[in-house]
Amino acid sequence: MMKAVNKLGLVFFPAFDWAISPTHPEREERLLYTLDQVQEEGIADIEGIKFYNPSVAEKEDIERVHFCVPDVSSLVTESHMVSAGGAITAARAVMEGEVDKAFAVVRPPGHHAHRVVYGDRGFCIINIEAVMLEYVRQRYGKRRVAIVDTDCHHGDGTQDIFWNDRDTLFISLHQDGRTLYPGTGFPEEFGGPGAFGYTINIPLPPQTGEEGFLYVVENLVLPIIKDYNPDLIVNSAGQDNHYTDPITNMNFTAQGYARLTQRLNPDIAVLEGGYSIEGALPYVNLGIILALAGLDYSHVKEPDYDPEKIKQPTWISEYLKRLCEEIYRRWMKKEDAAKKMFEGKDSVVRKKRIYYDTIGVLEKQIETIRVCSACSGLITIKSECDLGYSILAVTIPRDACPRCIDEGYRAYRTADSGDYSGVYLQDRVNDEYCAKM
Amino acid sequence: MIIGLDVGGTHIDAVLLRGGHILENVKIPYNPADTLEAICTAIEKLIDKKDLSRIERVNLSTTISTNAVLEGRTSPVGMIIESGPGLEPSSLACGEENVFLDGYIDHRGREVAPFREGLVHEASRNFKKRGLSAVGIVTKFSVRNPSHEVRVKELLGSDFYPVTMGHALSGKLNFPRRVFTTYLNSAVYERFNTFTSAIKRAFEDMGIKAPINVLKADGGTMSLEQATSLPVHTILSGPAASVMGCILSPASGDAVLLDVGGTTTDISFLAGGVPLLEPQGIKIGEYPTLVRAIFSNSIALGGDSAVKVEDGRVVIGPRREGPPAALGGPMPTPSDAMIVKGMLHFGSREKAYLAMKELGLVLGMDPESVAEIILEKMGDMIKNAVDGILLELNSRPVYTVRELLYGKRIQPREVRIIGGPAKVLAPVIERKLNIPCAVPDNYQVANAIGAALSRTTAEITLIADTARGYITVPELGIRQKIDSGFTLKQARSMAVKLVEERAAILGASPEDIEAEIIEESCFNMVRGFYTVGKNIRVKAQVKPGITGCGGEGREMDDEGRK
Ligand SMILES: [Zn+2]
Ligand SMILES: [Zn+2]
Repeated sequence: MMKAVNKLGLVFFPAFDWAISPTHPEREERLLYTLDQVQEEGIADIEGIKFYNPSVAEKEDIERVHFCVPDVSSLVTESHMVSAGGAITAARAVMEGEVDKAFAVVRPPGHHAHRVVYGDRGFCIINIEAVMLEYVRQRYGKRRVAIVDTDCHHGDGTQDIFWNDRDTLFISLHQDGRTLYPGTGFPEEFGGPGAFGYTINIPLPPQTGEEGFLYVVENLVLPIIKDYNPDLIVNSAGQDNHYTDPITNMNFTAQGYARLTQRLNPDIAVLEGGYSIEGALPYVNLGIILALAGLDYSHVKEPDYDPEKIKQPTWISEYLKRLCEEIYRRWMKKEDAAKKMFEGKDSVVRKKRIYYDTIGVLEKQIETIRVCSACSGLITIKSECDLGYSILAVTIPRDACPRCIDEGYRAYRTADSGDYSGVYLQDRVNDEYCAKM
Repeated sequence: MIIGLDVGGTHIDAVLLRGGHILENVKIPYNPADTLEAICTAIEKLIDKKDLSRIERVNLSTTISTNAVLEGRTSPVGMIIESGPGLEPSSLACGEENVFLDGYIDHRGREVAPFREGLVHEASRNFKKRGLSAVGIVTKFSVRNPSHEVRVKELLGSDFYPVTMGHALSGKLNFPRRVFTTYLNSAVYERFNTFTSAIKRAFEDMGIKAPINVLKADGGTMSLEQATSLPVHTILSGPAASVMGCILSPASGDAVLLDVGGTTTDISFLAGGVPLLEPQGIKIGEYPTLVRAIFSNSIALGGDSAVKVEDGRVVIGPRREGPPAALGGPMPTPSDAMIVKGMLHFGSREKAYLAMKELGLVLGMDPESVAEIILEKMGDMIKNAVDGILLELNSRPVYTVRELLYGKRIQPREVRIIGGPAKVLAPVIERKLNIPCAVPDNYQVANAIGAALSRTTAEITLIADTARGYITVPELGIRQKIDSGFTLKQARSMAVKLVEERAAILGASPEDIEAEIIEESCFNMVRGFYTVGKNIRVKAQVKPGITGCGGEGREMDDEGRK
């Protein structure tokens, strides 16, 4: 029988009884044909590939990452808890040394879920990678992690959550925000004062194909990861860059995804988007599984695969070459740039408008990050939305200094709950979460 | 009257039943080189001076296909494989000759590319040149659309025999297993059929005209005629017989079934009173297959396992070094311990006692205490194995939130134990597992009775794709058009009807056919923002079980009760 080169854990959970709505792309049928393909290929019989059922995430796993408004139980369904639990199960299998790598093929996805959550946006409520990663840190200690988001949409939620965290290098490759939801993810978005340069956005033009993706990985992503030297690499493995995807405009292939996975060599991959449920997902997922296991994926091809038809326009290659050089230059100079931007400042304020497309709600947010020489800095968020909520949320970061801890508790205590519909505190130092309504 | 016959590794057990009662039973040792002769001897002893015309049927388990595979005495097979995109197919080569076709059918049963027919003609010439008669044909996703397999068979014409097509053996997805199952079916065909025609002749010579059924690995039976084209399903039916023997008295809940033999203990389970099956199929030698089979896990622990002391601790097994010391064997065994405790009575109690005494010298204990420790240790080993298997069984993959959160777990409430040391071990097991442990009546021949009373089983898979307008039932070779309004309800009743027909063809008597749906799902297929059809999947089975009467109708049962 066939034997995997890398021991691989698969959390394969198609959630056949959950959908956003009957005709929504995120529906029961989404992983049906992938499961057919995985079963028909006999993946479960390959020595060294182990299937896991997802665990169910706990309320505190969610609160460690999100401010759910008004609270976790009114926003988050069982399906979301299972999806986040699936990502946690994948990570746990790797951290416990049961497997070398793991892939959580779960739904619903999560990378559009920001720190503050009022509901569903971009099919996401809970950021399953972030929940997984903070679980790993809480349970297994502080770890430097690189998250590479290869979904076609900008991983804006993940960016928001790790914006000021230099222990998390967040790299997002995506279709240019001027042409696709959520409209963000430009190279200028580079991280907060405590982690300037540790958010890297690589917007790719529509029609970018296999060649372009692999060029960017080879010439930008891998060199930055090498400089950063993380303990763990996580891949937000969205599959909507595929040439058959109905909601995007890229030209990526199953072969491309498999090669990208092989080059990136992540420890943990988590499925994100991907809505070409018949033409792409069965082949892309199979390609990624084989690549992670270190097996031959050269025979994995879409039925209508024709490299000539989806050839990348030549101008894109030129464009990407310049883009990669520019971003890498920024990365190298991030410390100097940070000095110039933040020296002498007490705090940095960001005003954000976040649109929840699924529920049609607009959130207005003012985020204040303290510029602190001793830690990455206290974060306070004032946020309100059309649903009538108006909240104050305080995050004491994992590495907080005593002053930022005190300041955080003072802000939480002194806030008059009459002024807000809710006041929330995340104490990441002591792993404690509280709220007053 | 019914004859049940179980061919084990070293013994043949045969029983003659009437109305659920044993009229006769025979146990004879045999030499695997001449199974047929041994079977005939057993039957002759069994039916001595009985009225042969009253025999209603003969059910037998055989090891002929199993041994053929394990000993490598199979026929050479020419394999024709169409793998399509996916895993690199070279590791699937399993026949004497392997020919790979270039077509492809996808997961919904659509033909993506036809294969070049010239490749089949070439294969045919090659096979003939090499003197190959047996052929296997397997294409990827043939359970969704068998047309390529069927076409290859047409192209081969009548020059080869047998020709096994993958989709006919199982409706489950798993291409590598389909390849191996198909290969094995063609590979054991000749040996199995030589054997069964000899059996048929021998029975006729003895004057037995009753229908003959063979036991399948899933604990059910099929007629000898049907078995000739599906011999792979008779492989590894041994554990099935003992499991069926354990459920002679019906159970309603979850249970652990133990069969303690000389060198191994087989562990199986009942889930809701029904034998638990392997999720995919059983592994035969090196080959994982799609052969539907009772779940059975074997641990190296039995009455004849060698007992040693290592680092001051008692170690049992994993090997058998010979018979128990009481029978002149070289090492102490658990059977010796039981003899010393006065719980088993065979061989020389003195020799058993000496063997315990020797162990006791190393451990600084008296022989009775050593015997006690050995029994405790056996109990612990079985408990640990059962716990480990349950943990694994209860974490089998599920695919819905409901199943994950509220799904049924196997939680045994009783143990049933058969085999030589069953009576002695029962109280130990009961204490260790902390649930009641019962020893069925006639536990020493429970396997043969199980074989005798096993019902015919069948399984079918029905896939309806209303967008494409097709229904496929691979096990029956059905692929036909349906209209776009086809519903899950229609699929259900169609599946039940088909599985009942299937069971009847396999040899089931009408009163024994109890069909049920075991899996069903119905997905809306949406393209763009419109529902274009439904993808309906239904699995139906006639589950393994025991026939109600056990020969000559119900009145005998009533008689028995009086
Ligand atoms: Zn996406
Ligand atoms: Zn500080």
